[in-house]
Amino acid sequence: MTAGTTHGAVVFPFLTLLIVIPAVTALAVAAMPRALGERGQRIAVEAVGTAGSLATLALAIVVAVRFRLHDGGYQMVSRHQWAPSLGVSWHLGIDGISLFLVLLAAVLFPLALLGGRVRRDPRSYVMWLLLLEAGCIGSFVALDLILFFVFFEVTLVPVYFIIAGWGFARRSQAAIKFFVYTFLGSALLLVGIVAVAVVHQRQTGTLTFDLGVLQHTHLGLATQILLFLAFTAAFAVKAPIFPFHTWSPDAYAESPTAGVVVLSAVMAKLGTYGIVRFDLSLFPRAVVDLAPLFLTLGVIGILYGAIVACVQRDLKRLMAYSSLAHIGFIVLGTFALTTQALTGGVLQMVNHGLVTAALFLLIGWIHQRRRSWQTSELRGLQRPAPMMAAAFTVAMMASIGLPGLNGFVSELLILLGTFLTHRWWAVVATTGVVLAALYLLWAYQQAFHGTPRPDAAATRDLTWSEGAVIVPLVALIVFLGVYPKPVLDRITPTVDQLVTHVEQATGTRQPRVATVGSSSASPARTSSPARTSSPARTSSPARTASPARTSSPARTSSTGRMP
Amino acid sequence: MLHAAYLLPLLPLAGFVALAVIGRRLGDPWAGWIGTAAVAASFVVACIVYAGLLQRSGQGRVFTQVLFSWIPVGGLHVDAALLVDPLSMTMVLFVTGISTLIHLYSIGYMRGDEDYPKFFLYLNLFVASMLLLVLGNNLVFTFVGWEGVGACSYWLISFWFGRESAASAGKKAFIYNRIGDVGFLLAIFLVFSKTGTVVYRGPHGIFAHLSAFGPGARTAVCLLLFLAAAGKSAQFPLFPWLADAMEGPTPVSALIHAATMVTAGVYLMCRINPLLSLSHPAQVVVATVGAVTAFIAATIGCAQDDIKKVLAYSTISQLGYMFLAVGTGAYEAAIFLMVAHAFFKGLLFLGAGSVIHGSHDEQDLKRMGNLRRYMKLTFVTFGVAWLAIAGIPPLSGFWAKGDVLTNAFARFPALWAIGLLTAALTAYYMSRLMALAFYGDDRWRAAVGDRRHAGDPHESPWVMALPLVVLAVLAAAGGLLSLPWHPASVDPLRWLGPVFGSNLYTPRQAASTKWVLSIVDAVVAVAGLAVALRWWVRRPDHPALEPVALQRSWYLDDVFDAAIGRPGHAVARFAAEVVDRVVIDGAVMGVARLTRSAGAGLRKVQTGYVRQYAVGIVFGMVALLVYMAARAGVVH
Repeated sequence: MTAGTTHGAVVFPFLTLLIVIPAVTALAVAAMPRALGERGQRIAVEAVGTAGSLATLALAIVVAVRFRLHDGGYQMVSRHQWAPSLGVSWHLGIDGISLFLVLLAAVLFPLALLGGRVRRDPRSYVMWLLLLEAGCIGSFVALDLILFFVFFEVTLVPVYFIIAGWGFARRSQAAIKFFVYTFLGSALLLVGIVAVAVVHQRQTGTLTFDLGVLQHTHLGLATQILLFLAFTAAFAVKAPIFPFHTWSPDAYAESPTAGVVVLSAVMAKLGTYGIVRFDLSLFPRAVVDLAPLFLTLGVIGILYGAIVACVQRDLKRLMAYSSLAHIGFIVLGTFALTTQALTGGVLQMVNHGLVTAALFLLIGWIHQRRRSWQTSELRGLQRPAPMMAAAFTVAMMASIGLPGLNGFVSELLILLGTFLTHRWWAVVATTGVVLAALYLLWAYQQAFHGTPRPDAAATRDLTWSEGAVIVPLVALIVFLGVYPKPVLDRITPTVDQLVTHVEQATGTRQPRVATVGSSSASPARTSSPARTSSPARTSSPARTASPARTSSPARTSSTGRMP
Repeated sequence: MLHAAYLLPLLPLAGFVALAVIGRRLGDPWAGWIGTAAVAASFVVACIVYAGLLQRSGQGRVFTQVLFSWIPVGGLHVDAALLVDPLSMTMVLFVTGISTLIHLYSIGYMRGDEDYPKFFLYLNLFVASMLLLVLGNNLVFTFVGWEGVGACSYWLISFWFGRESAASAGKKAFIYNRIGDVGFLLAIFLVFSKTGTVVYRGPHGIFAHLSAFGPGARTAVCLLLFLAAAGKSAQFPLFPWLADAMEGPTPVSALIHAATMVTAGVYLMCRINPLLSLSHPAQVVVATVGAVTAFIAATIGCAQDDIKKVLAYSTISQLGYMFLAVGTGAYEAAIFLMVAHAFFKGLLFLGAGSVIHGSHDEQDLKRMGNLRRYMKLTFVTFGVAWLAIAGIPPLSGFWAKGDVLTNAFARFPALWAIGLLTAALTAYYMSRLMALAFYGDDRWRAAVGDRRHAGDPHESPWVMALPLVVLAVLAAAGGLLSLPWHPASVDPLRWLGPVFGSNLYTPRQAASTKWVLSIVDAVVAVAGLAVALRWWVRRPDHPALEPVALQRSWYLDDVFDAAIGRPGHAVARFAAEVVDRVVIDGAVMGVARLTRSAGAGLRKVQTGYVRQYAVGIVFGMVALLVYMAARAGVVH
C-alpha cells in the first residue's frame, strides 16, 4: 500500500482506514496480554473492541458527511497498484449504493459487540467480530473483483468460528452447513471472476480485475448468462435467496446473539449487494433476460418465507424465514430495473439490517432472561418488561411495514417500481404484507401478551446498557421512516446511473412515469417548509376536462432522463 | 389562519411524545389531562382553520400545506402535505371534537388502570393518525394515517393484553385491515402507473388526469380502494373483526370503532368521488355491499346479548348505510349520516360504558334490567341516542337516514327496500337493548349473587357525565346540519358542494315524494320500536327471536376458518415440514453428502475438517495478501 494514487493528488484514504481500523483493533485485541486476569482481560478486550468499532463508526459518519450529493459515481476513490502482473489493484470507492451499507455495518458492529457479550473467551470473540467488520466493510467498498473476493471470503472464517465456538446446542452442525453452502457458492464466484478477466484479457490484451474496466467487456448472451449464474450462485446463498436458504434457519438459530445480528443484518447484504454491484454492471443482458426468473424467486421468497414463518415455534427460526421474505423484496427491487424499485431495494437492505438487528438483539436478551426462545415457553413478557415490549413492537411494526417506520418506505418503493414493469409479480408480492402481519403479531402475542407464568413474572426489563444499544436502532428505524429523503437523495443518482447502464446495454427502457412523474416540470417542487399553493383547480375536472388537459403531462413533458 | 393547519396533527402527536417520555411519571390522572389538553387544543385549531376557510368562498376553499418532501425518487414525489378543504375540515371538526369528549370521559373511565398513561398515549397517537388520514393531500400520505389508526386500533383493542381474547381480537382487527390494505397499495400503484402522481387535487393531481384511466382502470382503482374501505369500515365480508374489537376498553369502542376510524373508508370513497362517479359498476358494487352489510349486521344485532356487541353490529349496519349513500352518489348524505352517527353512536357507547362501569363490569344485557331507576342521567342521555338511531323525528338520525334512503329510492329502488327493512330492524334491536338494560326487573340482583356483591349500580363522575350531556344535545339537534328545507346559503353541510360539484347525485323528486318517504321512514321506525318494547320489556328471553345463526353472526367466522384458516395452516405446515426440510434442504445436503462420501480421503478428517478448512482459508488469504504486498513493494 505504498503506491500512489492514479488521481495524481493524494486524497485522504478514508476507505482504506475504514478497513484498517477494525482489522488493526482485531490484532490489538488478539495481542492482549493474558496477565490481566480473566476479569481484567474481559474489560480491556471489550473496551478496546468497542473503541475500535466506534472509531470506525465515527470515520464512516465523516465519510457520509463528505459524500457529495447529486453525484452517482464513485467517491473518495483510493486506487493503488498492487500486484500489476496479476491485474489486481487496491481499488476502493464508495457510491450511493455502498455508502449506506458501510454505515449500516459501522453502526451495527459496535451495537452487536455491546449487545451480545459472551462469557467464554471474550478475546477471540471480539477479535473475530472486528475481523468480520473489516471484511464486510471491505466487501462493500472494493471495486476490484479479486479484492472483493478476498474480503467476501474473509468474512466466512470469523462467522464460522463464532457459530462453532459460541453457538448453541447444534452449533457445529449449523456451522458446517453454513460453511459448505457458502463455500460452494464462493468457488463458483471465483471461477466467474477469473473467467471475466480472461475474456477481457483476450479482447484487450490487459489483465485486470477492475470493475470499472471489466464492465465494458463484450460478452455474448450465452456467456453472460453462464457467468451471471456463477456470480449469482455465491450471492444467492449469502443473501439467502429461495431456494438456497436452508442453511439460514439453522445458522441463525444456533448462533450467539452478536453472530446472528451481523449474519442476518450485515452479511446477508453482501449477497444482495453483490448482485446489484456486480451482476447489474457486468452482465446487464443476462440480468434483463433472467429477470422474470429472479423476480419469481423473489416473490416465492416473500410468500414462502412468510408462510413457513407462520408455523415456526422458535423465534429465531421464525426470524430466519421472515428474513427470507424481506430479502425477497430486495431481489424483487433489484430485478424490476426501475429507479424506484432499485432505490427501494438498496434502502431495504439498510432497513432490513436495522430491523432484524433490533429484533435479534431483543430475542437474545429474552433468551438470557428466560433461557428459551420457544414461543410456547414465553408468555406475558409485556407486563414485567414493558420497555422491551415497546422496543420489540417498534421493530416488529417496521418489519410489518407500518408507514412512519423505515420498512414501509423501501417496500412501497420496491412494489411500486416493480408494478411499473412487472405488474403481476408486484400484485402477488403485495399480498405478502398480510402474511408478515400474521406471523409477527402471532409471535408477539405468544411472547408478550397473556398473563406471565409465576416464574416469568419477575423477568427483568431492559437494563441501561441494553437500552443504550436498542435506542439508537429504534431512533434510526423511526427517522428513516419519517424522513428518508437524505438517504434517498444519495442513493437515487447512483441507481439512476446503474439503471441507465443496464438500459443502454440492453436497449430497454423503464416507463416514463418512473423517471418523469406527472409534474416534475413544476419548478415549485423544491420544498420549503409549509409552502402553500392555494386556490387549486376546479374540483370536478372529470366532466369539464378540456382536451388540452386530458393529455397526461407524463407523456408530453420533454424532460429527458439523466445521462 | 389556514397556516395553522399543521398544528392539527402536530398537537396530538406532541401529546403522544410527551406521554411517551414522562407519562409514567405523571400517572393517574395527570397523564389523562395532558392527553385531553392536546386533543382539545387541536379542536381549537380546527375551529380557527374552519373559520379561515369560511372567510373564503367557492373554489377558494382549498388550501394545500406542504410540510416536507417525504419520498422523492425519480418521477415519484410524495410530500408530507395537508389538504384543507370543506370535506377534510368537516372530518377534522367532528373527529377532534368527539375525541376531546371521549378523552375527557376516559379520565374517569380508566381511573385506576395499571396502564393509565399508556392508554392516553395510544389515544393521542390515534387522533394524530386519524387527522393525517383525513388531511393527507395524496394517497400515500393518507395511507400513513390509514395504517396508523389501524395500528392504534390494534394496540387499544388488545389494551388488556392479559386476557387472551383481547390479544387475539387486536391481532384479528389488524389482519382484517391488512387484507384491505393490499387493495389500497395496489390502487396507489395503479394510479401512479397511469398518471405519474399520487396527489388528489391541483393541476398535477390525479383528478386532473382522469382521462389517463380507461374504463377498466377506473373501476379497478375504485374497487381496490373499496376493498381497503371495506376492511377499515367493516363491510361484508370483512366485518367480523369489529365485533371482536369490543374487547377493547369502552371509550376505545366509542372513539375508534364507532365514531371515527371506521368511517375512514367512507371518507376515502368520498375523497375519490371524481373517479368513483365515472365508474358505474364500482358505484353499484359499493351501494350493494353497503345495503347488504346494513341488513346482515342489523339482523345479527337483533340476537346479541352483549351490550357492546349489539352496538358493534349496529355500527357495521350504519356504516353500510353510509356506503349505500356513497354508491348512490349522495356523498353529502353519507357525510351527514357519518357526523350524526358519530354523535349518537359515540353517545351510545359512552352510555354503555357508564352502564358497564356502574354495574361493576357487567356487559350481559340479560343480567341488567331496570337500570333507569339507578342511573338517571345515563338513562336520559342513552335514551336520546336510542331515539336518534332508531330514526324517530325530529332527532338527528331521522334526518340523516332519511337523506340516505331518499337518494337510494331514486337511484336504486331495490337497495332502498333493503335499507327500509334495515331501518325497521334498527329501531327493533335498539329498543330491545333499551328494554333489556333500562326496563324490566332488577335482574342484576340475581346475577350478583354468584359473585362479590359490590353495591347497587351507580352514576359516574362528572368527567364521564359531561360528555354524555354534550353528545346528547348534539345527537338530538344534529339534524340541523342539513334539514331538507334549509336554504343553500345557511346549510352547514351544503358547503361541501365544491368538493363534489357535479359528481353529487341530485335526484329529481317531487316534494310530495319526499314527504311520503319521510313519513314512511318515521312509521317504520315507530313500528320497530313499538314491537320491540312490547316483546322485550316484560320478558328477557325469547329464544325463538334469537336463532343461533344470528347469535353466531351467520357463521361467518366459522366459514372463514374452514375456508382459509385451516387450509392455510395445513399448507404452511406442509411447506415448513416437507418442502423446506425434506425437499429443499434434503436436496442440497444430499448433494453435499454425496460429494463428501465420494471423496474417501476426506473421511479421516471428518470431525473437524471444516475448521481446518477455515484456518486454511485464513492462511491462504494472508499468504496471498503478503505476496501481493511484496510484489507491490517490488514494483516501486
